[in-house]
Amino acid sequence: MSQAHVCLRGVTKVFPAAGAAAGLHALGPIDLDLRPGEFFAVVGPSGCGKSTLLELIAGLAPATSGTIEFEGKAIAGDIPEGVGVVFQEDACFSWLSVERNVAFGLRQVDLPAETKRRRVRDALALMGLADFAHAYPAQLSGGMRQRVCIARTLVIEPRLLLLDEPFGALDQQTRLLMGDELLRIWRETGATVFLITHALDEAAMLADRIAVMSARPGRLIDVVETRWPRERDSRIVERAEFGAVTARLWRTLRVESLKTIGRTTV
Amino acid sequence: MSRLALYRMLVLAAAVLLLELLCYVGIIDRLTMPPPHRIAYDLVVILRSGSQNAAILKTLSNASIALGSALVVGVAVAVVLHGLRAVRETLDPLFATYYAVPIFAFYPLLIVLLGLGDAPQIMIGFMLGVVAVIVNTLNGLDRVPRVLRKTARIQRLGAAETALTVTLPYAAPYVLTGAKFAVAYSLIGIIGAEFIMSRGGMGYEISFAYTNFDNATMYPLILLILLVSITINSALSWWEKILLARRGQ
Repeated sequence: MSQAHVCLRGVTKVFPAAGAAAGLHALGPIDLDLRPGEFFAVVGPSGCGKSTLLELIAGLAPATSGTIEFEGKAIAGDIPEGVGVVFQEDACFSWLSVERNVAFGLRQVDLPAETKRRRVRDALALMGLADFAHAYPAQLSGGMRQRVCIARTLVIEPRLLLLDEPFGALDQQTRLLMGDELLRIWRETGATVFLITHALDEAAMLADRIAVMSARPGRLIDVVETRWPRERDSRIVERAEFGAVTARLWRTLRVESLKTIGRTTV
Repeated sequence: MSRLALYRMLVLAAAVLLLELLCYVGIIDRLTMPPPHRIAYDLVVILRSGSQNAAILKTLSNASIALGSALVVGVAVAVVLHGLRAVRETLDPLFATYYAVPIFAFYPLLIVLLGLGDAPQIMIGFMLGVVAVIVNTLNGLDRVPRVLRKTARIQRLGAAETALTVTLPYAAPYVLTGAKFAVAYSLIGIIGAEFIMSRGGMGYEISFAYTNFDNATMYPLILLILLVSITINSALSWWEKILLARRGQ
Protein backbone atom coordinates (compact mmCIF):
# COMPACT_ATOMS: atom_id res chain seq x y z
CA MET A 1 0.00 0.00 0.00
CA SER A 2 1.22 3.51 -0.82
CA GLN A 3 2.33 5.77 2.08
CA ALA A 4 0.88 8.79 0.29
CA HIS A 5 -2.28 10.38 1.69
CA VAL A 6 -3.68 10.64 -1.81
CA CYS A 7 -2.25 8.54 -4.63
CA LEU A 8 -3.10 8.92 -8.35
CA ARG A 9 -1.82 6.42 -10.91
CA GLY A 10 -2.37 6.76 -14.65
CA VAL A 11 -5.50 8.86 -14.12
CA THR A 12 -7.24 10.10 -17.26
CA LYS A 13 -10.57 11.72 -17.98
CA VAL A 14 -12.22 11.60 -21.40
CA PHE A 15 -15.63 13.26 -21.83
CA PRO A 16 -17.79 11.46 -24.37
CA ALA A 17 -18.65 13.68 -27.33
CA ALA A 18 -22.03 13.30 -29.03
CA GLY A 19 -21.68 11.73 -32.45
CA ALA A 20 -17.89 11.72 -32.44
CA ALA A 21 -15.91 8.48 -32.30
CA ALA A 22 -13.35 9.89 -29.85
CA GLY A 23 -14.43 11.96 -26.88
CA LEU A 24 -12.76 15.05 -25.46
CA HIS A 25 -9.51 14.02 -23.78
CA ALA A 26 -9.52 16.47 -20.86
CA LEU A 27 -6.95 15.09 -18.50
CA GLY A 28 -3.99 12.83 -18.01
CA PRO A 29 -2.42 10.47 -17.67
CA ILE A 30 -1.54 11.80 -14.21
CA ASP A 31 0.60 10.22 -11.50
CA LEU A 32 0.69 12.10 -8.21
CA ASP A 33 1.34 11.42 -4.53
CA LEU A 34 0.15 13.90 -1.90
CA ARG A 35 2.11 13.59 1.33
CA PRO A 36 0.12 13.57 4.59
CA GLY A 37 -0.28 17.13 5.93
CA GLU A 38 1.32 18.90 2.96
CA PHE A 39 -0.05 21.96 1.18
CA PHE A 40 -0.11 21.15 -2.53
CA ALA A 41 -1.17 23.62 -5.22
CA VAL A 42 -1.89 23.14 -8.91
CA VAL A 43 -1.64 25.93 -11.48
CA GLY A 44 -2.33 25.66 -15.17
CA PRO A 45 -3.74 27.48 -18.19
CA SER A 46 -7.49 28.00 -18.56
CA GLY A 47 -9.38 24.87 -19.58
CA CYS A 48 -6.49 22.50 -18.81
CA GLY A 49 -8.62 20.33 -16.50
CA LYS A 50 -7.57 21.63 -13.06
CA SER A 51 -11.10 21.58 -11.69
CA THR A 52 -11.74 18.19 -13.35
CA LEU A 53 -8.72 16.81 -11.48
CA LEU A 54 -10.13 18.11 -8.19
CA GLU A 55 -13.56 16.64 -8.94
CA LEU A 56 -11.98 13.22 -9.60
CA ILE A 57 -10.13 13.33 -6.27
CA ALA A 58 -13.33 14.49 -4.50
CA GLY A 59 -15.23 11.56 -5.98
CA LEU A 60 -17.64 13.91 -7.77
CA ALA A 61 -16.82 12.22 -11.10
CA PRO A 62 -15.22 8.90 -11.99
CA ALA A 63 -11.87 8.73 -13.80
CA THR A 64 -11.95 7.21 -17.29
CA SER A 65 -8.87 5.12 -16.48
CA GLY A 66 -6.32 4.81 -13.69
CA THR A 67 -6.75 4.66 -9.93
CA ILE A 68 -7.17 7.24 -7.18
CA GLU A 69 -6.66 6.25 -3.55
CA PHE A 70 -7.34 8.27 -0.41
CA GLU A 71 -5.78 6.80 2.74
CA GLY A 72 -5.23 3.57 0.84
CA LYS A 73 -8.88 3.18 -0.25
CA ALA A 74 -9.90 3.53 -3.88
CA ILE A 75 -12.12 6.45 -4.86
CA ALA A 76 -14.35 5.36 -7.70
CA GLY A 77 -16.86 8.15 -8.16
CA ASP A 78 -17.98 7.92 -4.51
CA ILE A 79 -17.52 10.78 -2.05
CA PRO A 80 -14.99 9.55 0.52
CA GLU A 81 -15.47 10.28 4.22
CA GLY A 82 -13.02 12.83 5.64
CA VAL A 83 -12.83 14.96 2.49
CA GLY A 84 -13.98 18.59 2.44
CA VAL A 85 -14.35 20.72 -0.68
CA VAL A 86 -14.57 24.50 -1.06
CA PHE A 87 -15.59 25.82 -4.48
CA GLN A 88 -14.92 29.14 -6.16
CA GLU A 89 -18.61 29.95 -6.59
CA ASP A 90 -20.73 31.13 -3.70
CA ALA A 91 -22.05 27.87 -2.21
CA CYS A 92 -23.77 29.41 0.82
CA PHE A 93 -27.37 28.37 1.38
CA SER A 94 -29.03 31.77 1.15
CA TRP A 95 -32.13 30.62 3.08
CA LEU A 96 -30.14 29.56 6.17
CA SER A 97 -28.41 31.72 8.78
CA VAL A 98 -24.60 31.59 8.97
CA GLU A 99 -24.80 29.27 12.00
CA ARG A 100 -27.20 26.88 10.26
CA ASN A 101 -25.09 26.97 7.09
CA VAL A 102 -22.10 25.80 9.10
CA ALA A 103 -24.15 23.22 11.05
CA PHE A 104 -25.35 21.83 7.69
CA GLY A 105 -21.88 20.34 7.27
CA LEU A 106 -22.62 17.97 10.15
CA ARG A 107 -26.00 16.68 8.88
CA GLN A 108 -24.61 13.30 7.91
CA VAL A 109 -22.17 13.06 10.83
CA ASP A 110 -23.25 10.91 13.75
CA LEU A 111 -22.24 12.93 16.81
CA PRO A 112 -23.96 14.01 20.06
CA ALA A 113 -25.88 17.29 19.65
CA GLU A 114 -23.62 19.09 22.15
CA THR A 115 -20.48 18.05 20.23
CA LYS A 116 -22.05 19.33 17.01
CA ARG A 117 -22.89 22.67 18.66
CA ARG A 118 -19.32 22.97 19.96
CA ARG A 119 -17.84 22.20 16.55
CA VAL A 120 -20.05 24.82 14.90
CA ARG A 121 -19.08 27.38 17.57
CA ASP A 122 -15.37 26.56 17.09
CA ALA A 123 -15.57 26.76 13.29
CA LEU A 124 -17.37 30.12 13.48
CA ALA A 125 -14.74 31.43 15.90
CA LEU A 126 -11.87 30.09 13.76
CA MET A 127 -13.24 31.92 10.70
CA GLY A 128 -14.02 35.12 12.63
CA LEU A 129 -17.77 34.71 12.13
CA ALA A 130 -18.90 34.37 15.76
CA ASP A 131 -20.59 37.79 15.70
CA PHE A 132 -22.46 36.94 12.48
CA ALA A 133 -23.91 33.58 13.54
CA HIS A 134 -27.51 34.76 13.09
CA ALA A 135 -26.93 36.83 9.95
CA TYR A 136 -28.01 35.61 6.50
CA PRO A 137 -25.44 35.25 3.68
CA ALA A 138 -27.02 38.15 1.75
CA GLN A 139 -25.99 40.43 4.62
CA LEU A 140 -22.30 39.45 4.28
CA SER A 141 -19.50 40.45 1.90
CA GLY A 142 -18.15 38.00 -0.72
CA GLY A 143 -15.11 37.24 1.46
CA MET A 144 -17.26 36.54 4.50
CA ARG A 145 -19.58 34.26 2.51
CA GLN A 146 -16.54 32.28 1.36
CA ARG A 147 -15.46 32.04 5.00
CA VAL A 148 -18.91 30.58 5.80
CA CYS A 149 -18.31 27.90 3.13
CA ILE A 150 -14.85 27.16 4.55
CA ALA A 151 -16.32 26.94 8.09
CA ARG A 152 -19.00 24.51 6.80
CA THR A 153 -16.19 22.37 5.39
CA LEU A 154 -13.94 22.63 8.46
CA VAL A 155 -16.72 21.60 10.84
CA ILE A 156 -16.43 18.00 9.61
CA GLU A 157 -12.71 18.14 10.53
CA PRO A 158 -11.58 16.96 7.07
CA ARG A 159 -8.32 15.12 6.72
CA LEU A 160 -8.13 16.20 3.07
CA LEU A 161 -9.19 19.71 2.12
CA LEU A 162 -9.80 20.31 -1.60
CA LEU A 163 -9.99 23.95 -2.65
CA ASP A 164 -11.12 24.89 -6.15
CA GLU A 165 -10.00 28.51 -6.67
CA PRO A 166 -11.69 29.46 -3.38
CA PHE A 167 -10.53 33.09 -3.51
CA GLY A 168 -10.97 33.56 -7.25
CA ALA A 169 -13.88 35.98 -6.86
CA LEU A 170 -12.20 38.12 -4.19
CA ASP A 171 -10.09 41.26 -4.50
CA GLN A 172 -6.29 41.04 -4.11
CA GLN A 173 -6.07 42.33 -0.52
CA THR A 174 -8.85 40.03 0.69
CA ARG A 175 -7.20 37.11 -1.12
CA LEU A 176 -3.90 37.72 0.68
CA LEU A 177 -5.63 37.91 4.05
CA MET A 178 -7.73 34.82 3.31
CA GLY A 179 -4.47 33.10 2.36
CA ASP A 180 -3.10 33.91 5.82
CA GLU A 181 -6.23 32.45 7.39
CA LEU A 182 -5.94 29.36 5.23
CA LEU A 183 -2.32 28.81 6.31
CA ARG A 184 -3.36 29.17 9.94
CA ILE A 185 -6.20 26.64 9.48
CA TRP A 186 -3.82 24.26 7.68
CA ARG A 187 -1.37 24.41 10.59
CA GLU A 188 -4.08 24.05 13.26
CA THR A 189 -5.94 21.16 11.61
CA GLY A 190 -3.00 19.25 10.16
CA ALA A 191 -5.11 18.43 7.09
CA THR A 192 -3.61 17.76 3.68
CA VAL A 193 -4.56 20.67 1.43
CA PHE A 194 -4.97 20.44 -2.36
CA LEU A 195 -5.47 23.88 -3.90
CA ILE A 196 -6.43 24.65 -7.49
CA THR A 197 -5.65 28.21 -8.51
CA HIS A 198 -4.81 30.28 -11.56
CA ALA A 199 -2.94 32.86 -9.44
CA LEU A 200 0.79 32.09 -9.43
CA ASP A 201 1.50 34.36 -6.44
CA GLU A 202 -1.25 32.65 -4.44
CA ALA A 203 0.18 29.21 -5.18
CA ALA A 204 3.76 30.39 -4.46
CA MET A 205 2.72 31.99 -1.17
CA LEU A 206 0.64 29.11 0.18
CA ALA A 207 2.00 25.79 -1.03
CA ASP A 208 4.82 23.42 -0.04
CA ARG A 209 4.76 22.04 -3.59
CA ILE A 210 3.24 23.47 -6.75
CA ALA A 211 2.43 21.43 -9.83
CA VAL A 212 2.15 23.09 -13.23
CA MET A 213 -0.36 21.55 -15.64
CA SER A 214 -0.02 21.49 -19.39
CA ALA A 215 -2.61 22.76 -21.83
CA ARG A 216 -5.42 20.22 -22.54
CA PRO A 217 -5.16 17.31 -22.04
CA GLY A 218 -3.88 18.42 -18.63
CA ARG A 219 -0.78 16.63 -17.38
CA LEU A 220 1.61 17.58 -14.60
CA ILE A 221 4.71 18.90 -16.39
CA ASP A 222 6.62 20.42 -13.48
CA VAL A 223 6.51 20.24 -9.69
CA VAL A 224 8.17 23.10 -7.78
CA GLU A 225 9.16 22.60 -4.14
CA THR A 226 9.00 25.95 -2.27
CA ARG A 227 10.74 24.84 0.96
CA TRP A 228 8.91 27.51 2.98
CA PRO A 229 8.83 27.06 6.77
CA ARG A 230 5.51 25.70 8.13
CA GLU A 231 5.08 28.91 10.18
CA ARG A 232 4.52 31.42 7.38
CA ASP A 233 2.11 34.06 6.14
CA SER A 234 1.57 36.46 3.24
CA ARG A 235 4.71 38.43 4.14
CA ILE A 236 6.61 35.64 2.44
CA VAL A 237 6.05 37.60 -0.78
CA GLU A 238 8.83 39.96 0.39
CA ARG A 239 11.46 37.20 0.07
CA ALA A 240 13.76 37.03 -2.93
CA GLU A 241 13.06 33.27 -3.25
CA PHE A 242 9.37 34.07 -3.72
CA GLY A 243 10.21 35.87 -6.96
CA ALA A 244 12.33 32.90 -8.08
CA VAL A 245 9.43 30.48 -7.46
CA THR A 246 6.88 32.58 -9.36
CA ALA A 247 9.40 33.14 -12.19
CA ARG A 248 9.94 29.39 -12.58
CA LEU A 249 6.18 28.76 -12.54
CA TRP A 250 5.59 31.46 -15.16
CA ARG A 251 8.37 30.16 -17.46
CA THR A 252 6.59 26.83 -17.75
CA LEU A 253 3.08 28.18 -17.65
CA ARG A 254 3.69 30.86 -20.29
CA VAL A 255 4.44 28.24 -22.95
CA GLU A 256 1.32 26.26 -22.02
CA SER A 257 -0.88 29.36 -21.87
CA LEU A 258 0.26 30.37 -25.37
CA LYS A 259 -0.80 26.93 -26.62
CA THR A 260 -4.33 27.52 -25.33
CA ILE A 261 -4.62 30.60 -27.55
CA GLY A 262 -3.10 28.73 -30.49
CA ARG A 263 0.31 30.42 -30.55
CA THR A 264 3.91 29.49 -29.66
CA THR A 265 5.27 33.05 -29.36
CA VAL A 266 3.76 36.43 -28.58
CA MET B 1 -47.07 51.11 3.37
CA SER B 2 -45.11 51.77 0.17
CA ARG B 3 -46.18 54.46 -2.28
CA LEU B 4 -47.15 51.83 -4.89
CA ALA B 5 -49.26 49.93 -2.35
CA LEU B 6 -50.97 53.20 -1.44
CA TYR B 7 -51.76 53.89 -5.12
CA ARG B 8 -53.17 50.36 -5.47
CA MET B 9 -55.43 50.91 -2.47
CA LEU B 10 -56.56 54.24 -3.89
CA VAL B 11 -57.44 52.65 -7.27
CA LEU B 12 -59.43 49.95 -5.48
CA ALA B 13 -61.21 52.49 -3.27
CA ALA B 14 -61.98 54.61 -6.34
CA ALA B 15 -63.51 51.58 -8.14
CA VAL B 16 -65.70 50.78 -5.09
CA LEU B 17 -66.76 54.43 -4.81
CA LEU B 18 -67.61 54.51 -8.52
CA LEU B 19 -69.79 51.42 -8.11
CA GLU B 20 -71.49 53.06 -5.10
CA LEU B 21 -72.13 56.15 -7.19
CA LEU B 22 -73.45 54.21 -10.20
CA CYS B 23 -75.82 52.27 -7.92
CA TYR B 24 -76.87 55.43 -6.05
CA VAL B 25 -77.80 57.41 -9.19
CA GLY B 26 -79.58 54.36 -10.67
CA ILE B 27 -77.31 53.69 -13.68
CA ILE B 28 -76.93 50.21 -12.15
CA ASP B 29 -80.40 49.23 -10.95
CA ARG B 30 -80.85 47.43 -7.63
CA LEU B 31 -82.18 44.29 -9.34
CA THR B 32 -78.88 43.97 -11.21
CA MET B 33 -76.55 44.75 -8.33
CA PRO B 34 -76.87 46.22 -4.84
CA PRO B 35 -74.36 48.94 -3.86
CA PRO B 36 -71.04 47.68 -2.38
CA HIS B 37 -71.85 48.81 1.17
CA ARG B 38 -75.07 46.76 1.01
CA ILE B 39 -73.16 43.68 -0.22
CA ALA B 40 -70.72 44.02 2.69
CA TYR B 41 -73.61 44.42 5.14
CA ASP B 42 -75.41 41.35 3.72
CA LEU B 43 -72.20 39.32 4.05
CA VAL B 44 -71.97 40.22 7.73
CA VAL B 45 -75.63 39.20 8.16
CA ILE B 46 -75.02 35.86 6.40
CA LEU B 47 -71.89 35.11 8.46
CA ARG B 48 -73.61 36.06 11.76
CA SER B 49 -76.74 34.02 11.00
CA GLY B 50 -74.67 30.99 9.94
CA SER B 51 -77.18 30.25 7.18
CA GLN B 52 -74.43 29.56 4.63
CA ASN B 53 -71.90 27.95 6.98
CA ALA B 54 -72.40 24.44 5.59
CA ALA B 55 -71.90 25.67 2.00
CA ILE B 56 -68.86 27.77 2.93
CA LEU B 57 -67.31 24.89 4.88
CA LYS B 58 -67.90 22.43 2.03
CA THR B 59 -66.36 24.68 -0.62
CA LEU B 60 -63.38 25.78 1.44
CA SER B 61 -62.57 22.30 2.71
CA ASN B 62 -62.84 20.82 -0.81
CA ALA B 63 -60.66 23.66 -2.18
CA SER B 64 -58.14 23.01 0.62
CA ILE B 65 -57.97 19.31 -0.28
CA ALA B 66 -57.59 20.16 -3.99
CA LEU B 67 -54.91 22.79 -3.23
CA GLY B 68 -53.02 20.60 -0.74
CA SER B 69 -52.93 17.62 -3.09
CA ALA B 70 -51.97 19.87 -6.06
CA LEU B 71 -49.05 21.20 -3.98
CA VAL B 72 -47.82 17.84 -2.71
CA VAL B 73 -48.26 15.99 -6.03
CA GLY B 74 -47.04 18.99 -8.10
CA VAL B 75 -43.83 19.45 -6.12
CA ALA B 76 -43.13 15.69 -6.01
CA VAL B 77 -43.74 15.28 -9.76
CA ALA B 78 -41.52 18.30 -10.51
CA VAL B 79 -38.65 16.89 -8.41
CA VAL B 80 -38.89 13.50 -10.14
CA LEU B 81 -39.27 15.04 -13.63
CA HIS B 82 -36.28 17.30 -13.05
CA GLY B 83 -34.11 14.21 -12.73
CA LEU B 84 -35.59 12.53 -15.83
CA ARG B 85 -34.51 14.73 -18.72
CA ALA B 86 -36.05 12.70 -21.56
CA VAL B 87 -39.44 12.42 -19.82
CA ARG B 88 -39.34 16.13 -19.00
CA GLU B 89 -38.61 17.08 -22.62
CA THR B 90 -41.49 14.87 -23.73
CA LEU B 91 -43.95 16.43 -21.28
CA ASP B 92 -42.84 20.10 -21.54
CA PRO B 93 -45.02 20.87 -24.63
CA LEU B 94 -47.99 19.24 -22.89
CA PHE B 95 -47.52 21.47 -19.84
CA ALA B 96 -47.22 24.51 -22.10
CA THR B 97 -50.58 23.79 -23.76
CA TYR B 98 -52.32 22.31 -20.70
CA TYR B 99 -54.33 25.41 -19.86
CA ALA B 100 -55.69 25.51 -23.40
CA VAL B 101 -57.61 22.32 -22.50
CA PRO B 102 -61.09 23.05 -21.05
CA ILE B 103 -60.76 20.91 -17.93
CA PHE B 104 -64.47 21.39 -17.12
CA ALA B 105 -65.31 19.41 -20.26
CA PHE B 106 -64.10 16.35 -18.37
CA TYR B 107 -66.52 16.95 -15.49
CA PRO B 108 -69.22 14.53 -16.75
CA LEU B 109 -66.55 11.89 -17.27
CA LEU B 110 -65.24 12.48 -13.73
CA ILE B 111 -68.77 12.08 -12.34
CA VAL B 112 -69.03 8.74 -14.15
CA LEU B 113 -65.65 7.69 -12.78
CA LEU B 114 -65.82 9.14 -9.26
CA GLY B 115 -69.55 9.38 -8.51
CA LEU B 116 -71.81 12.28 -7.57
CA GLY B 117 -70.08 13.24 -4.32
CA ASP B 118 -67.32 15.78 -3.72
CA ALA B 119 -64.60 13.72 -5.42
CA PRO B 120 -65.14 14.95 -9.03
CA GLN B 121 -65.18 18.59 -7.84
CA ILE B 122 -61.96 18.10 -5.87
CA MET B 123 -60.46 16.40 -8.92
CA ILE B 124 -61.32 19.41 -11.14
CA GLY B 125 -59.70 21.79 -8.59
CA PHE B 126 -56.67 19.51 -8.35
CA MET B 127 -56.33 19.18 -12.15
CA LEU B 128 -56.47 22.95 -12.59
CA GLY B 129 -53.89 23.65 -9.87
CA VAL B 130 -51.37 20.85 -10.21
CA VAL B 131 -49.72 21.83 -13.50
CA ALA B 132 -49.15 25.42 -12.33
CA VAL B 133 -47.26 23.96 -9.35
CA ILE B 134 -45.27 21.54 -11.53
CA VAL B 135 -44.28 24.21 -14.07
CA ASN B 136 -43.25 26.79 -11.47
CA THR B 137 -41.37 24.26 -9.32
CA LEU B 138 -39.47 23.03 -12.39
CA ASN B 139 -38.66 26.65 -13.19
CA GLY B 140 -37.18 27.07 -9.70
CA LEU B 141 -35.28 23.76 -9.83
CA ASP B 142 -33.75 24.76 -13.19
CA ARG B 143 -32.22 27.77 -11.46
CA VAL B 144 -30.47 25.88 -8.64
CA PRO B 145 -26.76 26.67 -9.08
CA ARG B 146 -24.63 23.64 -9.95
CA VAL B 147 -22.34 24.40 -7.03
CA LEU B 148 -25.20 23.80 -4.56
CA ARG B 149 -25.86 20.36 -6.07
CA LYS B 150 -22.12 19.59 -5.85
CA THR B 151 -22.15 20.75 -2.22
CA ALA B 152 -25.05 18.37 -1.50
CA ARG B 153 -23.07 15.52 -3.06
CA ILE B 154 -19.98 16.39 -1.03
CA GLN B 155 -22.20 16.26 2.06
CA ARG B 156 -23.18 12.76 0.86
CA LEU B 157 -26.91 13.57 0.83
CA GLY B 158 -29.30 11.17 -0.92
CA ALA B 159 -31.69 12.28 -3.67
CA ALA B 160 -34.65 12.86 -1.33
CA GLU B 161 -32.55 14.72 1.24
CA THR B 162 -30.96 16.86 -1.48
CA ALA B 163 -34.44 17.82 -2.70
CA LEU B 164 -35.80 18.55 0.79
CA THR B 165 -32.78 20.42 2.19
CA VAL B 166 -31.10 22.04 -0.82
CA THR B 167 -32.95 22.25 -4.13
CA LEU B 168 -36.53 22.83 -2.93
CA PRO B 169 -35.53 25.44 -0.32
CA TYR B 170 -33.61 27.24 -3.09
CA ALA B 171 -36.64 26.99 -5.38
CA ALA B 172 -39.11 27.98 -2.60
CA PRO B 173 -39.99 31.43 -4.06
CA TYR B 174 -40.89 29.76 -7.38
CA VAL B 175 -42.90 27.04 -5.60
CA LEU B 176 -44.79 29.83 -3.84
CA THR B 177 -45.59 31.44 -7.20
CA GLY B 178 -47.04 28.09 -8.29
CA ALA B 179 -48.94 27.90 -4.99
CA LYS B 180 -50.49 31.32 -5.61
CA PHE B 181 -51.77 30.17 -9.01
CA ALA B 182 -52.97 26.91 -7.47
CA VAL B 183 -55.01 28.78 -4.81
CA ALA B 184 -56.89 30.67 -7.50
CA TYR B 185 -57.23 27.67 -9.82
CA SER B 186 -58.43 25.25 -7.13
CA LEU B 187 -61.09 27.75 -5.98
CA ILE B 188 -62.16 28.30 -9.61
CA GLY B 189 -62.28 24.52 -10.13
CA ILE B 190 -64.35 23.77 -7.04
CA ILE B 191 -66.79 26.66 -7.41
CA GLY B 192 -67.14 26.13 -11.17
CA ALA B 193 -67.90 22.45 -10.64
CA GLU B 194 -70.47 23.34 -7.94
CA PHE B 195 -72.11 25.69 -10.43
CA ILE B 196 -72.45 22.94 -13.03
CA MET B 197 -73.65 20.02 -10.97
CA SER B 198 -73.82 19.89 -7.18
CA ARG B 199 -76.23 19.89 -4.26
CA GLY B 200 -74.18 22.14 -2.01
CA GLY B 201 -71.25 24.51 -1.70
CA MET B 202 -70.79 28.20 -2.39
CA GLY B 203 -70.93 27.73 -6.18
CA TYR B 204 -74.26 25.93 -5.90
CA GLU B 205 -75.64 28.60 -3.50
CA ILE B 206 -74.56 31.42 -5.84
CA SER B 207 -76.17 29.66 -8.79
CA PHE B 208 -79.36 28.97 -6.77
CA ALA B 209 -79.52 32.60 -5.59
CA TYR B 210 -78.99 33.81 -9.16
CA THR B 211 -81.91 31.83 -10.55
CA ASN B 212 -84.11 33.12 -7.68
CA PHE B 213 -83.06 36.81 -8.01
CA ASP B 214 -81.66 36.56 -4.46
CA ASN B 215 -79.03 39.31 -4.65
CA ALA B 216 -78.75 39.43 -0.87
CA THR B 217 -77.14 35.97 -0.99
CA MET B 218 -75.43 35.89 -4.39
CA TYR B 219 -73.28 39.03 -4.14
CA PRO B 220 -72.12 38.52 -0.53
CA LEU B 221 -70.99 34.98 -1.40
CA ILE B 222 -69.07 36.29 -4.44
CA LEU B 223 -67.48 38.92 -2.16
CA LEU B 224 -66.55 36.20 0.35
CA ILE B 225 -64.83 34.15 -2.38
CA LEU B 226 -62.88 37.24 -3.43
CA LEU B 227 -61.85 37.97 0.16
CA VAL B 228 -60.72 34.38 0.78
CA SER B 229 -58.69 34.26 -2.44
CA ILE B 230 -57.09 37.68 -1.89
CA THR B 231 -56.29 36.90 1.76
CA ILE B 232 -54.53 33.61 0.92
CA ASN B 233 -52.65 35.17 -1.98
CA SER B 234 -51.59 38.15 0.15
CA ALA B 235 -50.34 35.80 2.87
CA LEU B 236 -48.30 33.83 0.30
CA SER B 237 -46.94 37.06 -1.23
CA TRP B 238 -45.93 38.26 2.22
CA TRP B 239 -44.14 34.95 2.87
CA GLU B 240 -42.47 35.17 -0.55
CA LYS B 241 -41.30 38.70 0.29
CA ILE B 242 -39.70 37.48 3.53
CA LEU B 243 -37.92 34.64 1.69
CA LEU B 244 -36.61 36.99 -1.00
CA ALA B 245 -35.55 39.63 1.54
CA ARG B 246 -33.43 37.02 3.36
CA ARG B 247 -31.75 36.28 0.04
CA GLY B 248 -31.08 39.97 -0.59
CA GLN B 249 -33.51 40.08 -3.54
